[in-house]
Amino acid sequence: MAACCAAVAATAAAAVPVAAGLGVLTDPVRRHVGGGGFLKVATLAALPEDGTPRKFPVVATRVDAWSRSPGVPVGAVYLRRVQGARVEALNVSCPHAGCSVDFDADRHQFRCPCHDSLFGIDGGITDRRSPSARPLDALEVQVREGGEVWVRFQNFRAGTAQKIPIA
Amino acid sequence: MNRLFDWLDHRTGYRSLVHEALHENVPGGSRWRYIWGSALTFGIFVQFITGLFLWMAYSPSAGSAWESVYYIQNEMTAGWLLRGIHHSMAQLMTVLLVLHFMQVVIDGAYKAPREINFWFGLGLLGVVLALSLTGYLLPWDQKGYWATRVATNIAGVTPLIGPWVQRILIGGPDYGHHTLTRFFALHAGWLPGLLVVLIAGHIYLFRKHGLTAAEPRRKADEPFWPDQVLKDAVASLAVMAAVLVMIFWPRISGAGGPLGADLSAPADPSELYSAARPEWYFLFLFQLLKYFPGESEVWGAIVLPGVGISILLAMPFLGRWRLGHRFNIVFLATGLAGAAALTLLAWRADRLSPEFQVARRMADREAERMMVLAGSPLGIPPSGGASLLRQDPFIQGPKLFAKHCSSCHRWGGEDGQGGIPRDPASAADLKGFATREWLAGLLDPARVATSNYFGGTKLSDGKMSRFVRKEVSRFTPAQREELTGVLAAISAEAGLRGQAKADRRDAALIARGREVIRTDSMRCTECHAFRKADEDASAPELTGYGSREWLIALVGDPAHARFYGKRNDRMPRFAADQVLDAESIGLVVDWLRGDWYEPGEPHARASH
Repeated sequence: MAACCAAVAATAAAAVPVAAGLGVLTDPVRRHVGGGGFLKVATLAALPEDGTPRKFPVVATRVDAWSRSPGVPVGAVYLRRVQGARVEALNVSCPHAGCSVDFDADRHQFRCPCHDSLFGIDGGITDRRSPSARPLDALEVQVREGGEVWVRFQNFRAGTAQKIPIA
Repeated sequence: MNRLFDWLDHRTGYRSLVHEALHENVPGGSRWRYIWGSALTFGIFVQFITGLFLWMAYSPSAGSAWESVYYIQNEMTAGWLLRGIHHSMAQLMTVLLVLHFMQVVIDGAYKAPREINFWFGLGLLGVVLALSLTGYLLPWDQKGYWATRVATNIAGVTPLIGPWVQRILIGGPDYGHHTLTRFFALHAGWLPGLLVVLIAGHIYLFRKHGLTAAEPRRKADEPFWPDQVLKDAVASLAVMAAVLVMIFWPRISGAGGPLGADLSAPADPSELYSAARPEWYFLFLFQLLKYFPGESEVWGAIVLPGVGISILLAMPFLGRWRLGHRFNIVFLATGLAGAAALTLLAWRADRLSPEFQVARRMADREAERMMVLAGSPLGIPPSGGASLLRQDPFIQGPKLFAKHCSSCHRWGGEDGQGGIPRDPASAADLKGFATREWLAGLLDPARVATSNYFGGTKLSDGKMSRFVRKEVSRFTPAQREELTGVLAAISAEAGLRGQAKADRRDAALIARGREVIRTDSMRCTECHAFRKADEDASAPELTGYGSREWLIALVGDPAHARFYGKRNDRMPRFAADQVLDAESIGLVVDWLRGDWYEPGEPHARASH
């Protein structure tokens, strides 16, 4: 009886600080990234007419825990003209493990410097043994008045065959 | 299952370890009076657990410590509870330590062969107090910052090594990033490490020499498990319950306020913090220093405490004699009573000091305001939280007003911060400046020449004052109605936030009022310019009267032709003579106009 009560009392006493600590520890699971709107990334004039992809930083307000920094780079995209004024955007992060992919102008393909995933100029997988389970992540693009290129910038979970936004 | 445990025991010998731990002999059976050591061990366990979790969210640098603590306290799940437990347990442990220590001395538990264990215990007391002292700084708020400045400056008066000790402690000539990294390394690394070593030694020696049994023994000897363990577990639960009561005290007592540990405004070396006090258990040392003037401080700060600690260390030797043991008890009792008396004196002095009370109120106001600003949609900028407060009219306005304006002006009869200036008012009371009510008072024959308006100035018998007293007093009811429109029109020029609704509602009244001013039926434009250039104007312009731009220009140069010109009474030209910079003038003007961020607004006003 005494042994049982001792165990219960000790567990109850220790449970309070542990519970509070676990609340803080697991807090990130309950956080969601804001934003998700369109951001102005470049102008049409800055994109090569021949359809070669060009990398642009994405500048937005970055919320990092307590601090809120307006006008800082939050990521980067490759923009490419397709048929005149239509533009395609690809997130530079490799869907395999998140390294930033390079564009190899000679071979006309994207190559990830980490694990050698290869992607075609449209972002599709060109190598059957590619470590990446899915093509590069395409992003929604709007070409607005004055040739402004706006992109709905998003990051996606790495390592999955499906494109799952990080919310 | 048994085979698994046998296997484990064969490899580790854990059974004899558990047996050793739980079957310690308790002479005379389990008793409640033996719980203190276990309750303290539990307290230390809680501090380790909560401290490690806090560590996962804390950022030790001058630009992010306050901000990360704010985030733990206000944003993270159960963060306030975690901080509350860590903070309240630190307070409670000090009390438990003193009780444990008293018991050891009264029972003579320091006598041979337990001298070394007694010193281990004293070492533990020292480490726990050092943990409190270092932990107090970590939130990098005004309270911790100023208290730590005092504590480290005291360390600096130690003869010979003082200045070096101080510089090594604070990591440079001034307080900053390295003060925090050092205090944090002490608080979360060195001191807990030392604590573990001392506790291991303390418990080892305690086990070696056995418990000091309280006589007479009531029962036969018992093993530690389960009866004494049950008592210890209940004591630990009671300690935890007490901590929870401390955390929820604002709710339980009905006093209100945030739960958990307080967080004052972010540390700012340029903002004096007169409410700086150490934690309550160091208050007696703080009070003691008041009795050592000038350079004799070293006696109060170093020598006297040093002698006290030496006597504590010598207790086991003194205790060898009958009289010595009594001396020890009397010494401890006197010391504690003295500390209690000094603590009470310190409290009383603060309670009776109007300056301290004002400082305390201002500190609370700033702390509350900081929570509002940090929680606004604009959030905390990368430059840190302190800049939010420095650019906030609600906080800076009253301070600037008290310093630069209240020698002549008043704000609701006061100096803006709740104080009453010594000299009588000699210029207008600016609370509600440019509101319809304020203007109605200016145009009131009974009030225009009182100290709330022109009373204390040389304009007391000027044209405006005479006009109001002689002409307005004879207005017909129709003219009075016109005047209401004129007042609404002039007040609308200010575009006050507090009147925005009324201004929208009374658009027609305001339009009529403007017409009355323009047609000069009320003779305003005889002296004042309104909505068009007027070279003959001899009184302050009414276009944009009380607006931000108008007020900034007026404060900047009241003697400008647009305002009082040569008639300017003693008002300084704050911008023209570089008394205040543009930012400060903007802050005081915004405050006078009631224009600052309020919680619940969709977007904080962009700073001007």
